[in-house]
Amino acid sequence: MTAKYSAVLVGAYEHPGRHLPDTSHAQIHAEVALGAVADAGLTLADVDGYFCSGDAPGFGGLTMANYMGLKLSYLDTTEMGGSSYVAHVGHAAAAIAAGKCKVALITLGGKPRTGPAWSRPKNAPEYPFEDIYGLTTPGGYALAAQRHMAEFGTTSEQLAAIKVAASKHAKHNPNAFLPKEVTVEEVLESPMVSDPLHRLDCCVVTDGGGALVLVHKDVAKDLKRQSVSILGHGETIKHTGSGNLDLTFTGARWSGPRAFEEAGIKHADINYASIYDSFTITVLETIEDLGFCEKGKGGEWVLDGALEAPFGKLPFNTDGGGLCNNHPTNRGGITKVIEAMRQLRGEANAPVQVPDCEIALVHGTGGSIGNRMGSATLILGRESA
Amino acid sequence: MTETTLPNPVPPITPDTTEFWEATKRGELLLQRCTSCQSVIWYPRMMCPECSGTSLEWFTGSGKGEIYSWTKTRKGLGDYAKAGPFILAYVQLEEGPKVMTNIVDWTDEDLVIGKPVEVAFTPTEDGTALPRFRPAK
Ligand SMILES: [Zn+2]
Repeated sequence: MTAKYSAVLVGAYEHPGRHLPDTSHAQIHAEVALGAVADAGLTLADVDGYFCSGDAPGFGGLTMANYMGLKLSYLDTTEMGGSSYVAHVGHAAAAIAAGKCKVALITLGGKPRTGPAWSRPKNAPEYPFEDIYGLTTPGGYALAAQRHMAEFGTTSEQLAAIKVAASKHAKHNPNAFLPKEVTVEEVLESPMVSDPLHRLDCCVVTDGGGALVLVHKDVAKDLKRQSVSILGHGETIKHTGSGNLDLTFTGARWSGPRAFEEAGIKHADINYASIYDSFTITVLETIEDLGFCEKGKGGEWVLDGALEAPFGKLPFNTDGGGLCNNHPTNRGGITKVIEAMRQLRGEANAPVQVPDCEIALVHGTGGSIGNRMGSATLILGRESA
Repeated sequence: MTETTLPNPVPPITPDTTEFWEATKRGELLLQRCTSCQSVIWYPRMMCPECSGTSLEWFTGSGKGEIYSWTKTRKGLGDYAKAGPFILAYVQLEEGPKVMTNIVDWTDEDLVIGKPVEVAFTPTEDGTALPRFRPAK
């Protein structure tokens, strides 16, 4: 496998905390940054490129670079919701390829569980035509789920199978917010949040964060840590245009093929997938849109343990994902990349480690599939230790 | 039928939506059409998101449409925190665009994708009105 990019991922760190009332927002970013550079065998003094998004406090990149004392030649604060950090890997790889920086740091951190809740900005032009009607995050995804069910016959039991698979993985993760395995019946019996989505169709709300470090290959060869190569990257946005919305598909329909084309691989080559899982419907539509099955057939496809590690058709989210492990800042993304790196380095929790994991797909969804979203896909490869 | 009492938040009005909100005072649902590519545009703005044309004309919509998708939100936030369960929906207007809205005056049998609905304005404190939809008579 020849990597297209001169950059490789060499460091990753996930905050173990899920409930951090005594830790500040900036502190979480700094803790995960220190963790990721240490994992790579580097220090913050080596960092010359920094990538963060809307969860960073204050002036974002400016504020956090100041807090951590970073000296930068490159800064990117792309805001694509939860997909931002997956996109950042592509952006950082491009910046490194262009010689804009050599060591890129990406951070995410926040405390929606114990800190103030995020509220939608009223100055958005869509606000008086959407949010004013009581749009909630689950409500937006529920509209998509309801339509998907009506068009394709997708059932609540099929959506529940996605949560069940995630929960079977989470029970092996000592840090998981919901470490208990659940059944389809338990998902269906959990309280309805927004029809047809039950509470257990939703991700968890946790504090925490994560960070990643990418470096130029020339830097990586002096590091002791096993690196992960970037084989393909694709990103896009999907929005309502002039009112022409189709809730049955996501931006993965476009970002996925771009990533596959760059990587020059087929679906059968993917050993593991980190799929953004804000809600069970997010996973279902994404799997279809990435082309793992025919449009509308995702409901049947996820049954019979298809997503379960290590031996399902497509082992996914082996840390328990957003559905069971964590969803720091109400936007995961970065944790999707972190678990893919664990799989490729052979460092996932033993019962869910995919044997001989060589190629992993990472997909991030941001914003909402109910109106406008960012969509980013990465294909990552194992480098020899 | 439901016990829901929906809040009627005052919409933030911008220069490119003043005409729209003024029309709601008269019970009219204004839509925009692009004179270059003929797209009907939702939500109102100063340019056509299909062709970037800036020559748009207002016209009065029929106020008729059908449910494209719906959800019963069990617990709202902010203005909606005390509303009780309420219906958030996308209605596809006869003229084409899908608009986010609430369904009002519903019974469970009305909550079906494809069900015909018609606009029902609910007044806000500043005299404008929010276009919501009820099952068509
Ligand atoms: Zn036009």
